[in-house]
Amino acid sequence: MKYKCDKCDRPATYHAVEIVKGEKIEKHLCDECAAQDGMGLKSVHAPINQLLTNFVKATSGTEKPEGSASLDLACPDCGLKFAEFRDKSLLGCAGCYAAFEAPLSGLLERAHETGNHHIGKVPRRGGGASEQRQLQITRMRKRLNDAVEAEDYELAAQLRDDLSDLESDGAGASA
Amino acid sequence: MNLRGITDNAGEWLRGSGPHSDVVISSRVRLARNLAGFPFVNRANRRQRFEVLEACREQVLSKRLAENTLWVDLADSPTIDRQLLVERHLISRDLAKRSADTPRAVAIAADETFAVMVNEEDHLRIQVLRSGMQLGDALAHIDRIDDLLEEKLDFSFSRRFGYLTACPTNVGTGIRVSVMMHLPALKLTGEIERVKRAARDMHLAVRGLFGEGSESLGDLFQVSNQTTLGKTEKEILEDFERTIIPQMIAYEHQARQALLRQREKQLDDKIWRAWALLTNARVIGTDEALSLLSHLRLGVHLDRITTTNIRTVNELFLLCQPAHLQRVMDQEMTPAARRIARADLLRTRLGARG
Ligand SMILES: [Zn+2]
Ligand SMILES: [Zn+2]
Repeated sequence: MKYKCDKCDRPATYHAVEIVKGEKIEKHLCDECAAQDGMGLKSVHAPINQLLTNFVKATSGTEKPEGSASLDLACPDCGLKFAEFRDKSLLGCAGCYAAFEAPLSGLLERAHETGNHHIGKVPRRGGGASEQRQLQITRMRKRLNDAVEAEDYELAAQLRDDLSDLESDGAGASA
Repeated sequence: MNLRGITDNAGEWLRGSGPHSDVVISSRVRLARNLAGFPFVNRANRRQRFEVLEACREQVLSKRLAENTLWVDLADSPTIDRQLLVERHLISRDLAKRSADTPRAVAIAADETFAVMVNEEDHLRIQVLRSGMQLGDALAHIDRIDDLLEEKLDFSFSRRFGYLTACPTNVGTGIRVSVMMHLPALKLTGEIERVKRAARDMHLAVRGLFGEGSESLGDLFQVSNQTTLGKTEKEILEDFERTIIPQMIAYEHQARQALLRQREKQLDDKIWRAWALLTNARVIGTDEALSLLSHLRLGVHLDRITTTNIRTVNELFLLCQPAHLQRVMDQEMTPAARRIARADLLRTRLGARG
């Protein structure tokens, strides 16, 4: 896009956006007017594009079409519908990742420079083994929640004990 | 220790020390974590949120993460205290604003080197703050805190997606690396727009002092990663340490040198006008104060202004803000009264006569 100087008709070489009291004000000035205004400078920098070339990886064209079928998907653990996620952009629980795995993967690749698989830190308690345990904990917490809501306090107390056993199991040497 | 205790000090990120502190104000690393078995915060009921809060409180306080940790229950803290914590970057605006009875809290180290928010968008948002460019140190510290918390807390984790977060843009490492930079010369020369565009093309977010909508407040910019999946924590950090931040520092330095060579008088004029206004104004708003302080800070670094120092200028960036000003004056004030008190404070702290 080419701008003309705000003060005269020459092409603008100085561009700035200022936010004044929440209002965006764009400034476009030619060299001369910019100098009068105070600050304009001829470009002095090594091309900033250099920064760019180091980084931009070609984005893969692997976008998966999110058909209307996925909009009806619902998470079995928390009941969130994929359509609701699309509106709020927040997932409801850990189970949503499994429930929406297919439609999410295209979105994740776009959000994370094609990254679609975790390669970072793994919890000390062991990422693999703990997945099973986490599922168990999730199910039990759900039953506990239902029990409390149904005011079945005896069952709730039992479940609480089971849960704390299960959770301290995983604590390992560090407990 | 209470909140008053921390406001008497400048806060870690404003010490004005650390590597490259002429451009880099602070380094911050944050981790997002959720407890297995509970729905994410947005879908949890009040009781579940309370249980999460209790579990986290027990673990955070029993682990002695710092010599002195302050637990602030945000559900029953006054608005001004929450605002104070936002101004100090210890909690998010979002967490401060939630409706009064939402169970939520923050644990803060007395020296403000870390803060753990509970029931923000994720169950846990752990953050570590350092003055100047010290990302490696910040990562090592946050890794230790994460390990300690994990001894008793089960974090939601999947082998494919890593640490599971409410918003899929944080999934994987759950890490956000942010560097707060003071870029007055790039702003004055207008080149900041190009830098911001280049940063966006590299999948980085560039925000103002308080995130979206505070773009050029005090010429302070926060640069942070957006990619959290498919890279290790170390890789993400190294991009910042080796390439992104050094380049941006170099651009700011080049812009400062270019201004000195080509527009020295205009530059000195900006700096001395800032000094003149700050040491003489009788009524001044936050935005104007911050933008003048920005030019003053540049003037101190370019040895134009020698009667004050960076630490004082950094402190004033904070003390000029509404909640801090009211805390310093020890009273609630209307915006009009604050503008007068702010001008008084600036004149006093900068050693103006009369
Ligand atoms: Zn012109
Ligand atoms: Zn779910």
